[in-house]
Amino acid sequence: MADKNWPLYEVFIRSRSGLSHKHAGSVHAADDQMAIDHARDVYTRRNEGVSIWVVKSSEIIASDPAESSALFEPAADKIYRHPTFYEIPDGVENL
Amino acid sequence: MNKEEALISYVLRLGDNALVLGQRLIEIVANGPELEEELANANIALDYLGQARMFYSYAGELEGNGRGEDDFAFLRDEHEFKNFLLVEQPNGNFADTIARQVLFDVFYRLQLEALILCSDERLAEIAAKSVKEIRYHLRHSKQWLIRLGDGTEESYQRITKSVQEFWRYTGEMLSGDELDIAVKKEWNGPDLKLLKDEWQKEVALVLNEATISLPEEQWMADGGKQGHHTEHFGYVIAEMQHMQRAYPGASW
Repeated sequence: MADKNWPLYEVFIRSRSGLSHKHAGSVHAADDQMAIDHARDVYTRRNEGVSIWVVKSSEIIASDPAESSALFEPAADKIYRHPTFYEIPDGVENL
Repeated sequence: MNKEEALISYVLRLGDNALVLGQRLIEIVANGPELEEELANANIALDYLGQARMFYSYAGELEGNGRGEDDFAFLRDEHEFKNFLLVEQPNGNFADTIARQVLFDVFYRLQLEALILCSDERLAEIAAKSVKEIRYHLRHSKQWLIRLGDGTEESYQRITKSVQEFWRYTGEMLSGDELDIAVKKEWNGPDLKLLKDEWQKEVALVLNEATISLPEEQWMADGGKQGHHTEHFGYVIAEMQHMQRAYPGASW
């Protein structure tokens, strides 16, 4: 601990009303169990969550920002992919 | 001592344990080894404070002569506090703090679980609410005990020393006095003989997992439950009570 930082974990919390886990932030922890406890202490203090996921930050494979134009811009002018041409019936909550 | 007086004294004793241990942990707020541990410690300290408030408020209601939580916390003298000697021991190093937590919280959780079944409804409710917090404390402190015991040579040496040093303060928790017996008889309170067995089993299990050998039978210190404290205690309450003593009735 003195000469080495604990690994970083990314924390995902599912809120009371939420359907999926959302990224909440990150914590340092020596092992997986401690990461869950730290996430609980840091991110669920105000009754935010009903479930926690943690994953080592080093295990996350991220897209390269340099490639963002190739990855994302082609979708920008394809408006027909958005469901904006349909009438959404009243009462549909989770679309 | 009649039935009602026994209940009041017992509830105050519960409050004293929670308050004094909470105060001890508050002393190390802002000294955590990591940000996350810092928050864990502060959360745990606040849990004890919240519990102390519930016990004291209830004791005040039972007593019925106008004393409230602040009076019990800030305006009583050393000998009027009936907390265990264990909870007033100094924080020492991180291993000391963890060892004290495990030894006390294993007992406290068993005590609260038994109190959920007592015949006083309010006390049972407070116990039911508190026990959830204590289960989490134990999850935290037991893991640390195992991690330190089964960790490096130095962490093993330190946590072993901590457990050895606090062991002598565990005797009074586990041996019933008149009040424990009265509360068991009149209010279906905890049976300390059963609690002692369970405590010994659970502590032996976690020490074994932490590769720490069980301390040998030894002389046990007592007196906390009667208000006879170790030399550390005066300083704890002096700091805790300073504001109310210097500025009586101050509030914000």
